Amino acid sequence: MNNLSKVLLYLALSPLAGGLIYGLDRKFTARLQGRVGPPIWQPYLDVLKLFHKETLVVRKSQNIYIMFYLIFMIFSAVLFFAGENLLLVIFALTIAGVFFVLGAFKASSPYSFTGAQREVIQMMSSEPALFLSAIGMYMITGSFYISRIASFGEPLALYLPGLLFSFIYILPIKFRKSPFDLSTSSHAHQELVKGLTTDFSGRALAMIEIGHWLEIILMLGFSWLFFAANIFLGAGVSLLIYFFTVLVDNTFARLKWQMTLGSCWLVTFILGAGNIVVLHLIKR
Amino acid sequence: MYLIIFLIVFPVFIAIVLLSVKNDRIKSCIIQAAALLISLGAVMLFVLSYHHDIQYYTIRTSIPDKAMFVFELLLAAYMFYLGLRFKKYRVSILISAQALIMIFLRSSVLKRASLIDSLFIDKLTIIMSLIIGLVGSLIAVYSIAYMRDYHALYKGLKDNRRFYFFVIFIFLSAMFGLVLSNSLLWIYFFWEITTLSSFFLIGYSNINAREARRNAFRALEVNLLGGLAFALAIFYFYSRAGTIEMDDLFTMKKAAMMLPVALICFAGLIKSAQLPFSSWLLGAMAAPTPVSALLHSSTMVKAGVYIILRFVLMLQSSQLGFFISLIGGFTFLTASFIAIPQSDSKKVLAYSTIANLGLIALCAGIGTCEAVWAAALLIIFHAITKSLLFLCVGVIQDKLNSRDIEDMSGLIVTMPKISIMVQVGIAGMFLAPFGMLISKWAVLRVMVDYNPVFSIFIVFGSAAMIFFWVKWLGMLIVVKGEPQNMEKGIGSVIWGPLFILTALTIASVAFLPVISKVLIEPIILEIYGQTVDISHSNIIIMFTMMGLIMLFPLAFLGHGRWVKVVGPYLGGANAGEGGAFYASLGQVKNMEMKSYYPEKYFSETVLFRIGAAIALVLILAMFAVAAL
Repeated sequence: MNNLSKVLLYLALSPLAGGLIYGLDRKFTARLQGRVGPPIWQPYLDVLKLFHKETLVVRKSQNIYIMFYLIFMIFSAVLFFAGENLLLVIFALTIAGVFFVLGAFKASSPYSFTGAQREVIQMMSSEPALFLSAIGMYMITGSFYISRIASFGEPLALYLPGLLFSFIYILPIKFRKSPFDLSTSSHAHQELVKGLTTDFSGRALAMIEIGHWLEIILMLGFSWLFFAANIFLGAGVSLLIYFFTVLVDNTFARLKWQMTLGSCWLVTFILGAGNIVVLHLIKR
Repeated sequence: MYLIIFLIVFPVFIAIVLLSVKNDRIKSCIIQAAALLISLGAVMLFVLSYHHDIQYYTIRTSIPDKAMFVFELLLAAYMFYLGLRFKKYRVSILISAQALIMIFLRSSVLKRASLIDSLFIDKLTIIMSLIIGLVGSLIAVYSIAYMRDYHALYKGLKDNRRFYFFVIFIFLSAMFGLVLSNSLLWIYFFWEITTLSSFFLIGYSNINAREARRNAFRALEVNLLGGLAFALAIFYFYSRAGTIEMDDLFTMKKAAMMLPVALICFAGLIKSAQLPFSSWLLGAMAAPTPVSALLHSSTMVKAGVYIILRFVLMLQSSQLGFFISLIGGFTFLTASFIAIPQSDSKKVLAYSTIANLGLIALCAGIGTCEAVWAAALLIIFHAITKSLLFLCVGVIQDKLNSRDIEDMSGLIVTMPKISIMVQVGIAGMFLAPFGMLISKWAVLRVMVDYNPVFSIFIVFGSAAMIFFWVKWLGMLIVVKGEPQNMEKGIGSVIWGPLFILTALTIASVAFLPVISKVLIEPIILEIYGQTVDISHSNIIIMFTMMGLIMLFPLAFLGHGRWVKVVGPYLGGANAGEGGAFYASLGQVKNMEMKSYYPEKYFSETVLFRIGAAIALVLILAMFAVAAL
């Protein structure tokens, strides 16, 4: 029961924290660009406002997919906080992603359609790094259970530097940041308008936002696992990684999908898979 | 015992009856009744033998052996003639080599006249029979209407349907024989029958007769190579050990028998279309869709992995097993990559079949009990979902006159039921928590303990899978304009198999723990004397996911409320309600949406060539380690 209430508490806090981090992100970005920027609680205000807006759709059922995107996002967050199997968390995230993409397909609008196509490419680019990281963690700790991985005595990053690097490399995809913000972008210079989310509005868009906050938290949690031996170190490094991607976001131009897929897979293959091969050889 | 004989002989009987029936309606009735009886037979086999240990059956007369001998010679002579007539001399050479070995083997086995346990039933056999019986006969029923429409569509073709159904039922009989035989000579006999039937089915008068013939000969040639390997294996085994019973092979000292096992596994790899021998299965696409479904999903290709799985104890922690896993893993990766730029739905299905069989071969090569658990799970799920997808594509092709995935946009409106079935099938192929992902999860777990380096194949391969499946799924639900419903005129013999297969797909996931406990764990227990433990908390989690996905259709009940429908965003230049817009010179244009098919980066020819070359090296290495 104690465990359950903990999970629920985390679950309630994580969108708030995600929103807050996103608010800080926007402030930080603004300062980098020489603007004052919105207050850090602006993301909450945005979402609250979206809930009061009229929900426009192109196809009647498109928002159902988004609802299930959010449901599966929440589900994977619950799994994560409950310390469950990391592979299953990644699978649940994949399902969530698939629902999101399907929603965009369903919207049947050219911009969201192209955004959806690109989003699938992004999923394909980022997935190997996630799975390989989980496998690397298993090789060190002997378990896929997050609770066991987190309670491992030493920082896993010591053993998994290549995997950590490839994980950080694909993170902009998950945070929807440049250079990998092909499918939808928070910047106003997107050639696809808002890509994936072009034809979503009102409540659906609000759900997408909340889902994104959860994704931020989950990915930070994932990077925390690399340093989980020390909670403060882990939290600190995770935040550092986040703001590093913000920095990258503001300094790099968007890449084409060819470069996105190619570079992600190359980095994952050489550093990530290489790390696993080396570990395997040492362990034998 | 009688049930086994029924399963093998009854389809032959029906085949012969069908050859002589002209009337369409009577034929249809016979096929449906036969399909029902065959599937009932398979279920009965399950019910009656489930609680027994492995049972061996001795045939006390040599008549079947003699008959097989005669048939084999006749078939060999026929294939020899075929090779000469169509100037495919390799076929003639391969078949004469096999015939020579067989004449020697058969005659010396017959001379010894010792009693042989020719038939047997164990848990793996039961599963295979269930798959062949259920899926195979559903495909046969579906064929009735499909082939009728096929010939209505292509008027110029010679209507040879009697022969078609003859071959289909012979094929089913051979598949039953293959999985129920313990005598290697019997397995070989049935093996050759499946090869020859697939030749006829692939070559069945197609729109492009020359292409069909070429593909049919390619399949024949490659599979005869496997047959030759099989014959050599039996020969080697017989000359060393003096027996032709498969179960004796298991009790032999491992090292001495590696070569015959390698040869049999080689034949298995060919039959399940692993690289570098995948091309015959792709050629099989030219055939009518039910044939593709039959060859791809439930029968032919499964025979290959079945025979490899039989030798799993010999493969476990052996060099040979390592190479088989490597070939499987490599095939999985390459085939998934090649599928990325394909827009021909049948080709996507073909490559995903090859990929999934690679996954099964990978597990079989590893040979631990968890690996076999995953392999058996994959066999079941793949048989059901793949045949569902094939049969759906057949209907779609019939109606749309195209099987291009791009043409399937709006299918959710034009053919809602078919579209939903395809969606279930695709979800079953790759999306958690439906079957295939459960199995993939299991495979990944197995891999990590065995050799984490293998998991790299799986991780990249399944990332590629997401791409082509999601894109297809997306195309199904995109809507352009307001199309008409085209589902009218699809008969009940088509709907029936489709509904059953859809239900089976969903049920196989919903009852995963039951399937694992009742069907798969006994196999493991029988082979290893122990069971795998699958963490129950994980099963519960997958169940929850499943439940959540099951809610998805329910969510559509209230759809369309609280929302306002508008046109899509078209740069603010919408012309009217639909997808039209004002182009730069003010003219009204309709929007177009096309998917990404990165042909340039995942070129089929290049990838296939590289993949085949590497796989060939691996095959040679496999024989090298087996011979040493």
